[in-house]
Amino acid sequence: MLIAKTQSGHAAGSVRRAIRESLGDRIFIAGTYIFLTVVLIAVLYPLVYILSSSISSPAAVSSGKVWLWPVDLTLDGYKAVFRNDQVISGYANSLFYTVFGTLISVALTIMIAYPLSRKSFFGRSPLMIFVTFTMLFSGGLIPTYLVVKSLGMIDTRWALLIPNAIWVWQVIIARTFFQSTIPDELSEAAEIDGCSDMRFLFSVIVPLAKPIIAVLALMYAVGQWNAYFDALIYLKSQSIYPLQLILRSILILNNGTGSIDAAEMVKRQQLAELMKYSLIVVASLPVLVIYPFVQRYFVQGMLIGSVKG
Amino acid sequence: MIPPVAYFVIFKYLPMANAVLAFKNYNVIKGIWGSPWVGMKYFDLLFQNPAFKTLIVNTLYISFYHLAVSFPIPIILALALNEVKNVRFKKTVQMVTYAPYFISTVVMVSIVMLFLSPRLGIVNTIANALGFESVNYLGDPSLFRSVYVFSDVWQTMGYSAVIYLAALSGVDPSLYEAAKVDGASRFQKILNVDIPGIMPAAVIILILSVGNIMAVGFEKMYLLQNPLNLSTSEIISTYVYKIGLLNANYSFATAVGLFNSVINLVLLLVVNTIARRVSNTSLW
Repeated sequence: MLIAKTQSGHAAGSVRRAIRESLGDRIFIAGTYIFLTVVLIAVLYPLVYILSSSISSPAAVSSGKVWLWPVDLTLDGYKAVFRNDQVISGYANSLFYTVFGTLISVALTIMIAYPLSRKSFFGRSPLMIFVTFTMLFSGGLIPTYLVVKSLGMIDTRWALLIPNAIWVWQVIIARTFFQSTIPDELSEAAEIDGCSDMRFLFSVIVPLAKPIIAVLALMYAVGQWNAYFDALIYLKSQSIYPLQLILRSILILNNGTGSIDAAEMVKRQQLAELMKYSLIVVASLPVLVIYPFVQRYFVQGMLIGSVKG
Repeated sequence: MIPPVAYFVIFKYLPMANAVLAFKNYNVIKGIWGSPWVGMKYFDLLFQNPAFKTLIVNTLYISFYHLAVSFPIPIILALALNEVKNVRFKKTVQMVTYAPYFISTVVMVSIVMLFLSPRLGIVNTIANALGFESVNYLGDPSLFRSVYVFSDVWQTMGYSAVIYLAALSGVDPSLYEAAKVDGASRFQKILNVDIPGIMPAAVIILILSVGNIMAVGFEKMYLLQNPLNLSTSEIISTYVYKIGLLNANYSFATAVGLFNSVINLVLLLVVNTIARRVSNTSLW
């Protein structure tokens, strides 16, 4: 009823506007569309260019023939990428870090966010200050490094899973969600029924919290997949490097292929250049492919997070 | 809830305690607490260091430049999107501008390098075709900041605009009708209804950005650095990394880092207080 009313209200409004729209307004609207189209092209063009380059012939890419659509289709770049052992092991490691890192992060986040959301929880506000203060002030890079070092985590997979496991922002998002969706009465009722806190958390809260778990998992997973800084400072052995660190050595430091064969030189250089484009596509694909499906969860997460509370 | 609390104690509060390292002469064998006190020695060393001024200037310059550009653009984008009545066009723009946010820093930096390469980059190829000279963007210290800031805008504007769009959708529709009755033009409507509507969100985001001012993205900065642009690209956090971890000068690097954190905290408190006085919106 209410919906129908507002809809007809909108329709009437747009009819009236269509008649009354002044010249100034129409110019303004046209300007808005032009502006947005420019923005759209500016963001889209680099993405299309990378994709086109990655499937064009090496010679066409390095001679600047590619500017929008692919030239001389070939998959050489992708073949080179998948022949590279470093890339394969990096991919496997990143999958490992993403899966386990996300599991650990989500579990820890819920464990702290849930008590923080309960009004009945003793010591709630000191705990909240305890958590959010870490957003404002930190000991810094070196002191943190020394803690990780003293725990013997340097150069182990743990260094990527634990030291950065909880993001305070995610705690706030989860807490807000619990506060607004799970009434205090629910836990009181459970308590009267003789339900333990642990049991309550697992058999009542977790099923109710599916949407927020999805949001948290997605954000942590993307963060973990894209992270490189922790690996840069804590890891030394290449066998446990995540993909991003391998990418850095190939894409930015140019340590990928090494050959001094004079005749082959130019060709190889062109292929190395082409491989960069293919590598960019391969590395970003997992996230970009799932992105359209999960976009609404991200937006949802951001919105929950933006509610002040 | 014991594990997460332990996490915060170990990985957040222990490092804060470890920051006393800045006042000690770190000795690997004696450990942090056994090392001798040296008072303000490392801070004096920092303040007398000729590189100190450059570091501060670079850090502040790039932060404020970044803030000045990346704060208003998402607002403008959201306001423009809000005017669009064609749902498909609106969705397309939103989806496309949102996508680069998911590209990792490493990939983003390599895209910047590939595009701006003086020899093979598409930007210079197009410029040459139009009759312009090639420019070495990443080798020119004066252009470096713009490359840093605008590549960041490219990556994050769609993502940042979401908050404002949400705020706009929460504006009371009766205000628009009142504006229409008063004969307001579209532009006047934006000025008098939309902008006040997103003010609270904007203030919060501004405070948070200022709170991050001294923490300008180490990751991206470090990856974009090269010997040619170092005169404008060396900032406090990259300096701490190099001095501390690469040269193992722990105490000095901790002092630099601590100095950075304190400035950051002070800035945040100041801006929050101003915001509370001026607009009644604040973080706490």
